[in-house]
Parts: sequence; structure tokens; C-alpha cells
Amino acid sequence: MTITGIRADRTRVLVTGIGVVAPTGVGSRQHWESVLAGKSGLGRITRFDPSGYPVQVAGEVPGYDADRQVPGRLVPQTDRFTHFAMTAAAAALADADVAPSALPEYEMAVVTASSSGGTEFGQHEMERLYQKGPSWVSAYQSIAWFYAATTGQLSIRHGMRGPCGVLCCEQAGGLDALGQARRLLSSGSRLVLVGGTDASLCPYGLVAQMATGSLSTGDDPARAYLPFSTAARGFVPGEGGAFLVVESAQSAHQRGVSHYGEVLGYAAGFDPRPGSGRPPVLAAVIRRALADAGLTPDRVDVVFADALGLPAHDAAEAQAIAAVFGPGQVPVTAPKTLTGRLYAGGAALDTATALLALSQGVVPHTTGPDRVAPACEIDLVLGQPLQAGPRTALILARGHGGFTSALVVAGNPAAPDMGVTGLTSAEVNPSVKGVPA
Amino acid sequence: MTRRAVITGVGVVAPGGIGQGAYWDLLSAGRTATRPISLFDASGFRSRIAAECDFDPIGQGLSAQEADRMDRSAQFAVVAAREAIGDSGIDLPGSDPGRVGVSIGSAVGCTMGLEKEYVTLSGGGRDWLVDHRLSVPQLYEYMAPSTIAAQVAWQAQAEGPVALVSTGCTSGLDAIGHGVQLIEEGTADIVLAGAADAPLSPITSACFDAIKATSPNNDDPAHASRPFDGRRDGFVLGEGSAVLVIEEAGAARDRGADPYAEVLGFAGRSNGFHMTGLKPDGREMAEAIRVAMGRARLAPPDIDYINAHGSGTRQNDRHETAAFKDSLGHHAYAIPVSSIKSMIGHSLGAIGSLEVAACVLALRHQVVPPTANLQVADPECDLDYVPNTARECRIRHVLSVGSGFGGFQSAMILGQPGAARAGDAA
Repeated sequence: MTITGIRADRTRVLVTGIGVVAPTGVGSRQHWESVLAGKSGLGRITRFDPSGYPVQVAGEVPGYDADRQVPGRLVPQTDRFTHFAMTAAAAALADADVAPSALPEYEMAVVTASSSGGTEFGQHEMERLYQKGPSWVSAYQSIAWFYAATTGQLSIRHGMRGPCGVLCCEQAGGLDALGQARRLLSSGSRLVLVGGTDASLCPYGLVAQMATGSLSTGDDPARAYLPFSTAARGFVPGEGGAFLVVESAQSAHQRGVSHYGEVLGYAAGFDPRPGSGRPPVLAAVIRRALADAGLTPDRVDVVFADALGLPAHDAAEAQAIAAVFGPGQVPVTAPKTLTGRLYAGGAALDTATALLALSQGVVPHTTGPDRVAPACEIDLVLGQPLQAGPRTALILARGHGGFTSALVVAGNPAAPDMGVTGLTSAEVNPSVKGVPA
Repeated sequence: MTRRAVITGVGVVAPGGIGQGAYWDLLSAGRTATRPISLFDASGFRSRIAAECDFDPIGQGLSAQEADRMDRSAQFAVVAAREAIGDSGIDLPGSDPGRVGVSIGSAVGCTMGLEKEYVTLSGGGRDWLVDHRLSVPQLYEYMAPSTIAAQVAWQAQAEGPVALVSTGCTSGLDAIGHGVQLIEEGTADIVLAGAADAPLSPITSACFDAIKATSPNNDDPAHASRPFDGRRDGFVLGEGSAVLVIEEAGAARDRGADPYAEVLGFAGRSNGFHMTGLKPDGREMAEAIRVAMGRARLAPPDIDYINAHGSGTRQNDRHETAAFKDSLGHHAYAIPVSSIKSMIGHSLGAIGSLEVAACVLALRHQVVPPTANLQVADPECDLDYVPNTARECRIRHVLSVGSGFGGFQSAMILGQPGAARAGDAA
């Protein structure tokens, strides 16, 4: 045993529950139906009037009513990003059939990723401060705005008293939270509630995101976020995310529950400072994640790409994938074009989508791009889902500034069939190959 | 073969002194750095006092652009990281960048920049639909706290795992614990770990005013932070950063480094009780201490100093005292306990890193820093809190604890480097 308690003999890490709150729907089933049907959650912003802003399209969670989804007193005490998390986490626990009160309190933990905390709550309270004065600031500002708000609330709500954590690695954080959950399962925890959400679609949140120059100013939701395509022009921001219940194999077996799949490998790195002349780290991070999983590249059946939607970043990602797998040698997909980029929630949702895909034997397609840019030598799955029976997936995530993470998961072929195909058998065709001729 | 983590470099930006030398002078002298807030007009606030850093970014070697664009928290982290790297003597350009990691804690990230720009874009709070045309290019860097870790990564030329850990007021301790994990599990050989916070702005002051967590003792700022004292009435906000260079012990030895300390054990637990409230029994903090001691393979008589969370709120100091008694038994009465928040205030997520830096320096100097402003006994706080004057004594192992909003409770054990531990393979 080491000082942090992490054992060298690694515990198998099973995913036994999934909860989703995303522009594609509330609930993993609705999300999965949207993904297979290519049903986009992008649209003109409705939470405020975006007319005055160059960015007017976003992925909002449809029909979400916090008053119906979150215990009453917690609604005014927490930000929307925590509301989403409470809904997704409760769904994941129900899906995993976990009653936390029946398990040892110190062997359960909560790990979340947050990219920007309770932005909308914070804008409201700053408005009160500057309009009315310090005594008008809410007593809940101190617990709603900070990045740890969600982990704290989930720990309290579900009585999980183990080594809880919060990672802010911008848009890579969802994978890093899963990496941390895996560490905890090797150091005395049996079950970790892990995921990420963000909800910074208030005016100040949107304007701050716009400052990066990475957001798409396209006003047609169907054409605004087109990663890897010749028409790529930035990304569409979204809100929401996903939570997973990850559990040691021993714990899952003891409880007699099935699982969606297993976390096999993880690695993270950071890009060198711009101007250093050194290459980005993505290819090295992919190789490390595969080595960690004990897999050779030919054993990976699908890559869930980061798909930033900026031509240079798309080309860099495609080059990294091609360097490891060979040009066009592995199907690549980015169902996040249906949701926009959910920041800390994005990679968590991609992991949920990947596990659903593996457990259902389908590679979901990428909606939006119709032609892959010549600089991107990848087999982007376009047009419709690929009934390819994938067994393993690689999920990639990059965060602003250089955060770079990769996760390898395997599906459980014995997972229950969700009965969602999104296709009639007559429609099943070979995939549309995205590799340029 | 077990990989161990040793601390080979220490960098500090603290109230009352920039740099580890000035920092230790302040702590060992028992001097307080709390004073009336000068960073903004605090006249309308309940608590108008803080422990501020006298920090000149240009004087500390930052460029004009860095001074202008980087949030104060990130500036603190960069300056502390540079000192730590220099202090460690490590050859970063000669190291494999993929084996260099970063783990930085922050509770509130780049709040000052975020608030300042909000005021501009909203017309002084007038407009909900803030004006994007007034936005500065670095506005997003203020919204995403990960910026602070990214800045440190650039200082360290790190291409390994980089994380910003944000568990409220245990962020600093947890970030160092995370950095140690990266070394132990073999993901990295060198990690820059620490924390930074610069929360001295109207919105942070207002939110602690709103729950009466901070001291209203505005008439006597130098004596306002009074951990374990019977008259304590809340914490005094602070700011700052400490960054450590942590290395795998064998590699540090091979390059001839002279480590300050070894990190022997770390554990975190959550109280799952209340976002700000603490149960008087200190149960979950006691559990974190027990687990950390178990991982360090130490027993209560092995601990020679406890660096307390000691925030100076009524509930914290009672909670923590109970946790020490629960986890250490009657030995709790024999171990010196002190809170350096009495001198440098409570810098939220940063304080855990400053406290570990204080522990590292205490091990090096064999001196326990005192609890300043401790004059009036509280029957509920009946341990040896080293009042007002530093104490020379033999220090083999120290325990540092933290407690934070959200229910986080963390404990870390540090020891003199190189000491063999029971159970080690020969």
C-alpha cells in the first residue's frame, strides 16, 4: 500500500449506471434515441434575447423544469449546472439500482468536473451587489457559485462520504474525472458517482465564451457546428452533461447488477506553450491511454473525437488519430454536433454515448458535416449509424489552453438491449466513408 | 517497488512576505499580516479587513502584458512556481516534458478578473444583457479557473497531466495530494503542486458577509484572526499561493537533491452533512486523519506537530479539536497544534498549500509556528495551540488538515525525508 492507498493491481472499473441531461434530452434513453435519429438539440437561444450578440445558436436542455427535477429548497440555493447534475446523478444511481444508504458511506465518493461553476447564479448576485449593495447578495452565493458546489450537494444528498473531488480541466475535465474515479476504486472506494455538467448560457457566460473567438456565429443550427468539414467555422456552446456510476467489479457482482461496460485505459497530457515549436500532445496521449488499456490500435473499434470545429484544431486531431491508427483506419464519430460543446459535461456525455453505443452494438454517426476537409484524413461516420458491433471505443477531449485527455472503454455485450435502433433494417447500409479519395 | 514523493522546492506568495524566506520570518516571529482592506473600497461591508499580499507583478518579474492580462491568482501561482523551480535546482529543460505534471488548487479561480470585467460589461451592474463589445480578449481565461494550472504548466514546460483541483477550502491540500498520486502511480516523475487564490474583491467579501463567516472586528485588524481563542468571531480573508516541486524520491536522490520533506500519507473524506455547517464531533475529519496515518504507517505518538485548519469560526475550531481527540486519543493533548491563519488569514483554496509550505519549513527549521492572537481560553478548545510564540522542538512528522465548504475534510502527513518506515522492504 502506498501513501495514497493506490494499489498496483488495478481494480476492474465497471460502469453500472448512466444519467443524462443534455440538449438531446433528459434521460439516457431519450438522448440515445436522439443520437441514433440524428435529432439535433441546437437552436436559437431562448433563455435570453441573443439578438444583440454575434452568437445566437446554442444547445439548450429542452423542457427542463428545475422545480420538478430538484428538491424544492435546493432550487434557489444552487445554480443551473448543479440542478442538471442533481437530475443526472439521481438518474444514474437509479439506473445502477444503487441505494447509497445500504453501502458503506466512506467507500462511496463523488467526483465532478466543472469548467466554469455557477455562472448564471454569479451574474445574478453580482447584479444585486452592484445595483443594490453588498447586503443584497444572497446567502447562497458562497455555496452556489464555486466550482465545488455540485460535488458538495451530491455528497450530502446521497450520503457519500469518501474521498470526493472536483477537477476543472476545462473541456477535458469530464475524462479526467473518470480517471480520478478509477484511481479511487483502486484505493478503497467501491463506488464513485462521477460526471460533469456546465450551464453557462447566461449573457455573461456566453460573452465570456465568445472572447475565445472559437464560437460559431452561424445562425442556422444545422450548419453552425461542422467539425472536420470544409465548412468548419467554430463550435456551438451547449449546456448539460452526464453522470455515471462506476463501480469495482467486486461491488457490482456483490450487488448483482449488470453493466454497460468497463473503463480500460486513461491518460492525460498538456500541449506545449504556443510558439515553443513542439508538437501537440494528443497522439502521445492516445498512445499512453492505449498502453494503459493494454490494447494495440487495431483493437479500437471507434473513436469519439473531440471535434472542436476549428479547421486547425480539427486537422491536428485528425493528424493525431491518423498517426496512431493510420489514415482512415478507424471509424471516427462526433455525436456532439447534436448538443454543441457542453464544456465539463461534454466528455462525460461522450463517455455515456460511447458506452450506450458499445452496449447496443452501434456506431452513432456525425450529423452536420457532409464533406470531410482534405486536411482531415479520418473515416468520419456520416449519414447514418453504423451497425458494426463495436466492442471498444477511444474517447478524446481537449480543453482550452492545452488540456488533452483520452479514455478507453469496452462495452458489455451482455448489457440489456434498449430496443432503440433509430433505423429500419432496410436503411442499414455501409458507412459513408469520410476519407478523401 | 513503491514510488515515494519528496518535496524538493518551495515557492511562496503570502501576505506579509513574498518568497519562502520572508514567509518563514513572518510565521516564526508570530507576526500578523491582517489589516484594513486596500484592494477595493470596503466601506459598505460588514467585514472590512483582510490579509493582503504586497505584490508588485512587474517587480516579481512578470511582463507588462502578464501583469495586465493575467488574473492576480494566476500571477501569484506563476511567481510561486518560479521560486519553487529555482529552489529545487531541478533541470526542467533537461527533463522529459511528458513526465512533468501540474496539480494546482483554487477555490474561486480568477474571481477578481471576472468581477472587474463584469462591472465594465454590465455598465456597473445595470445590464443583464452585458455588452460583448467591451470584452477583453482574456475574459474567458477569467471564467475558467483551469487557466491558473495552464499558466503553471507553461512555467514548468509540463506536457504530462495538468489539473486544477477545486474542492473549496481544501483545494490546496487536495491538489498536493493529487500531485503525490501522480508521482506514486507512475504517471509523472516531477509535479508542480500547490494552490492559488486571490479572492479579495467585493463579490467574495459580500458572500461571506451574507453568512457572517468573516470577522467583523474591523477596529483591530491585526488581532482579528483569533483561532481557538474564546473571543473568535469568524475568519479573516486572505490571498496568496504556495507551489511545491514534488519529485519521485529515487530520481531526486540520484540527482543529488536535498529534499525538504516526504509526503507520507494523504486522505480525504466528506461529511455529507451540510454545505457550510459542521457537526461538533469532527467525525469525518477524524476518519481522514486515521486513514492518512494508516497510509503513513504512523501512530499518534509519532506526530510532533499538527498544522490545524483553525479558521477562527466558532464551529470550525470546536469541530477540529474534537477530530484531533477522536483520531489521536489522549496524545492529542501532547501534540503542539497551531493555526497560521492567525497570521496570514484564510486564503480559501490557497491556504492548504501555504499550510503545507509552513509544515515543510517547520520540518526544515525544527520550529513550530505559533497561533497568534490566542489570549482567552475556550473550554471547548483545550489542546496545546502554541499561543503567540514559536516553539523549537523535535519534529519528525507533521499532520496538516483542511476543512471546506461542501463538506470536504482532508489530512496529510509529512515527514523528514529518507527516514525508513515500518514495513518497508529492506
